[in-house]
Amino acid sequence: MSVLSINDLRLSFKGLRGKTDVLHGIDLSIAKGERVALVGESGSGKSVTARIVLGLLQELRNARISGDVLFEGQALAAMTAKSRADLRGTDMSMIFQDPTSALNPTFTIGRQFAEVLRRRDKTLSAETCATRAADALAETEIPDPARVLASYPFQLSGGMNQRVMIAMALANRPKLLLADEPGTALDVSVQAQTLKLMHRLVADHATAVLFISHNLGVVREFADRVYVIYRGRIVEDGPTAAIFAHPRHAYTRALLDAVPRITGAGLPDVPEVSDAFLAPHISHGSGS
Amino acid sequence: MDPPHSLFFFRTEPPMSPILRLLLRRLGISVIVLIGVSMLIFVIARIIPGDPARIALGPNANAEQIANLRAEMHLDDSLPVQYANFVVDVLRGDLGTSLYTNRPVTLDIAQFLPATLELVLLAGIIMVGVGLPLGILAARHRNRWPDHLVRILSLLTVSAPSFVWAVILMLLFAFYLPLFPVAGRISDVYEIERVTGFLTIDALLMADLAVFADALHHLILPAVALSLSGIGQAARLTRANMAETYEKPYIEMAQAFGFFPNRIARIWAFKPSLIPSLTIIGLDFAAMLGNAFLVEAVFAWPGLSRYGVNVILRKDLNAIMGTVLIIALTFLIVNIIVDLLIALLNPRIRHSTRGGEA
Repeated sequence: MSVLSINDLRLSFKGLRGKTDVLHGIDLSIAKGERVALVGESGSGKSVTARIVLGLLQELRNARISGDVLFEGQALAAMTAKSRADLRGTDMSMIFQDPTSALNPTFTIGRQFAEVLRRRDKTLSAETCATRAADALAETEIPDPARVLASYPFQLSGGMNQRVMIAMALANRPKLLLADEPGTALDVSVQAQTLKLMHRLVADHATAVLFISHNLGVVREFADRVYVIYRGRIVEDGPTAAIFAHPRHAYTRALLDAVPRITGAGLPDVPEVSDAFLAPHISHGSGS
Repeated sequence: MDPPHSLFFFRTEPPMSPILRLLLRRLGISVIVLIGVSMLIFVIARIIPGDPARIALGPNANAEQIANLRAEMHLDDSLPVQYANFVVDVLRGDLGTSLYTNRPVTLDIAQFLPATLELVLLAGIIMVGVGLPLGILAARHRNRWPDHLVRILSLLTVSAPSFVWAVILMLLFAFYLPLFPVAGRISDVYEIERVTGFLTIDALLMADLAVFADALHHLILPAVALSLSGIGQAARLTRANMAETYEKPYIEMAQAFGFFPNRIARIWAFKPSLIPSLTIIGLDFAAMLGNAFLVEAVFAWPGLSRYGVNVILRKDLNAIMGTVLIIALTFLIVNIIVDLLIALLNPRIRHSTRGGEA
């Protein structure tokens, strides 16, 4: 059974000037322990998909959501808002784009970590929280966990905060980790280190990951399978190797061409819009 | 090359804690402000028309008596000499004698200040204790009915000055519905041993709950009147700053980790939002000292503000300067406390290595 299964997910926002469609029927599934990337340009609907899975968009009054999102076989739409909230921070968690702004500037890391740990077990004492948090930080190769726990986010480097975020996100052993452009705000080298670390940890704990990114280089290293999303529609999906070796959809090819080469051939020409981008969905199969 | 800080070659001791440095700097600034205030008040009090000696002696005094009193009050000296005398006296703890009460001004202030402080402190507690939770409630339910309700109420309270509220509250809850006493600090039947001058505290010191209840009963209506616009202001400010905080990624992170909405509001969104609100809440609190003038007048509250009005009307120079100096001092103390609170709340200041600018 897949950890996450999305069928014909549609989303629109009701505004003053009528309805704005954002997702036009997304199909996506993630097996246990599988790392799946959702790739597309900004505004394509990647992040809202993650926020629907978390149950956050369901709380907005102007969001209209239809289709099925099954988490471990359970339909989110059939659950109460309370039971959706119960999943957050326990069985699902999320890593954000900019770790430093995603941590509260007025509380220590230790205090924030304790709140995360108590999502699983409300009765945890402060000491237990501190020990467990230190263990979780040690797992992310943070050299002096006690000092980090006593620090405020602004006292730590971006890379250090990213490790803290990863440790927090995995501390409650979630079944699904949503990573929304993790580390995009960091230096490329730091981003690479932390992604490698994240890759190792999710593999160790067999955590399924929905990895949202526009960075194809990162996706190629990280994901088992890739979904390419364009303007609220999945245009191509398949195993990472197949997508990168034989992109079949015009938009996927354009996306791959858009990556600047380090060997230097100038900035690539990519058309803004092309009718070919709206061609129907192409699937390479699961490949496994 | 030398690092830039070695320019201060004489600073060899380890760096001070930022909080202590902030405190020292604020104290230094306060001294300068106090000197400025004293000069200003001194000059204003001397240039307003009317001869204090003539006013003090009344209409039947002859020219010789007036001249004698003027000499006694050093009113014939030049202004700088008069100011210097004044400063020396103040530093010795002597604010002169009030022509209105014929007592040392320090005694008058010691008698009337506690009544005002008690009123203002309770009003401040009500402002913070009611205003902040209302702001949190509104922010937690942004753009839903609790928010609309709080915003309407706070607009209402902010738009009328406190003496209007004093009159309205007095009419409603002391006259039409006689729930509270109309005036004064305590019922005549009670004798209170003055220790602190705060009647509620003195009553507790006497371990007499009946007196305490009576003093509190008298205190509530004027304190509420004084605090109402502050409540509205605090609620609006908290709501506005928190609404901004709710857009921050760390709140979305808290939501994504399933932190409970009420805890997000009370803890994770409130604390970062309180820091910018606090300066203005502190100013509002200090402004209550001024608003207390009118509220005290309405409720016949025997406080410093009423004393201040009386001495101004009688051109009682010593008493005016003493009163204004004390109010300025209280203002400065409140500001220092607020600055320290902000520094304690804001780890960026507490852990800064450059001192308290923020």
